[in-house]
Amino acid sequence: MKLNEIVQKLNGKVLNSKINLEIEVKGAGGADLMSDVLASIQPQAILLTGLCNPQVVRTAMMADVLAIVLVRGKTPPAETVQLAENERIPLISTPFGMFEACGILYQAGLSCLEKPVSDQDCFAG
Amino acid sequence: MTEQTPLRKSSLISDQEAENITRVEELAYEIKVQEVMTPNPITMTASMKMQEVLEQFRVARISGAPIVEEGQLIGIISIEDLIRCLIKSDLEAEIQKYMTRNPFTVKGDDPVVEALKMFVSTKVGRLPVVNKEGLLIGILTKGDITRGLLKALQQDYQTEEVRRYRASHLFEDIESERTSLILRYNIKAGDFTHGGEASSKIKRALSRMGASPQIARRCGIATYEAEMNLIIHTTEGGVIRVEIEPHQISIDVYDSGPGIKDVELAMKPGYSTASEKVRELGFGAGMGLVNISRCVDIMKLESVWGKGTRLRMKIFLKKEDTVGEGHAAKSLEEKR
Ligand SMILES: Nc1ncnc2c1ncn2[C@@H]1O[C@H](COP(=O)(O)OP(=O)(O)O)[C@@H](O)[C@H]1O
Ligand SMILES: [Mg+2]
Repeated sequence: MKLNEIVQKLNGKVLNSKINLEIEVKGAGGADLMSDVLASIQPQAILLTGLCNPQVVRTAMMADVLAIVLVRGKTPPAETVQLAENERIPLISTPFGMFEACGILYQAGLSCLEKPVSDQDCFAG
Repeated sequence: MTEQTPLRKSSLISDQEAENITRVEELAYEIKVQEVMTPNPITMTASMKMQEVLEQFRVARISGAPIVEEGQLIGIISIEDLIRCLIKSDLEAEIQKYMTRNPFTVKGDDPVVEALKMFVSTKVGRLPVVNKEGLLIGILTKGDITRGLLKALQQDYQTEEVRRYRASHLFEDIESERTSLILRYNIKAGDFTHGGEASSKIKRALSRMGASPQIARRCGIATYEAEMNLIIHTTEGGVIRVEIEPHQISIDVYDSGPGIKDVELAMKPGYSTASEKVRELGFGAGMGLVNISRCVDIMKLESVWGKGTRLRMKIFLKKEDTVGEGHAAKSLEEKR
């Protein structure tokens, strides 16, 4: 699916100016914890997240994320937009919530690029 | 160019060519119309004679000109209009009889892609370029766009290529028993705004040195988690030191406190002492050290409570991942 189709389906607003929306997206992942993104998202995915600090962009760069979608209509701080602009990572804001946005894209046939980390037992207290 | 590149026989697009095509698309979004247009074009006024259009077109070798009245664009006259006039032998008529009024225009600070769309939808041969106030600042043809894109493509291809070439041949001409490159970064405690900057630089350096995307990614993720730990958990910040050798990357991250009370516990997935504020930023999931261990080949975490923490990591490079040695060195290895 092309990135501009995704923008369209999510009623999205592209927040940076110098962006090519004709790129092909392989799949997506959704997470709010940066370590989860780093652990489980596969290269060339788009990231749906509720966070909007500059670290989201840094995390995306480290994990070779293709584009960032900010859910729930959030407006990120100027630092985040500037960093995304400098690093040429598309930053898109959608009015849909995380559940809705993921649902829309999943139903439209976008595949999941989130790798399970089920071998990790979590510390409990 | 002095040498003619032979025409490609194959109709398939190579990876390199495909990369160039998408880069052209990107550039079409980045470059502004005013960067590629012809500035200060020859203009005429509506009351001039068509005879003068003929003269100007012939002398200046142009095929169209904007018509202005006090700086404001009011029309455009093209070679097609001139031909219509010539057929009627009407060269004594005023330009306003033949010109196109209210022509399509583009803005100087529009990206080139807007102009391309306009050329496709209107089928005109040239577009007057105006500024925010609607004053004429230039004229644009498809040829201007092609030339501008080619120039930009060549420029940025060359700079990145030169950088990559220099970096990837770094170790080749240096003779020593063991050559390495050391990168060092000081990280400030609590400096969330710059969090991840060092790791981005490290990742970029590795890519330029010819590391595979997988190696650059593993190294980037591991250093990023370690960098964030320095920012989140230390009192005075710390240092990231990366040593790059053709066969391995060694990352050393150390700080002077507060140290970790129970290292084994800290390594457990989900264990975190991060504050609520840090969690709101998306950190403090207690997965950092676990992520690091998945990305590197060797990981050693040592800490003394009250003194400081030292995290050492190594990523081994297989032949095909070797950094700092050009392609030629690799094929030499293969022959051996
Ligand atoms: N450099 C350090 N100095 C002090 N404590 C640290 C350091 N690095 C990690 N820790 C401790 O180890 C815990 C686990 O680290 P990590 O797995 O990165 O998770 P997180 O950073 O999300 O808490 C931290 O919560 C912290 O208590
Ligand atoms: Mg951490």
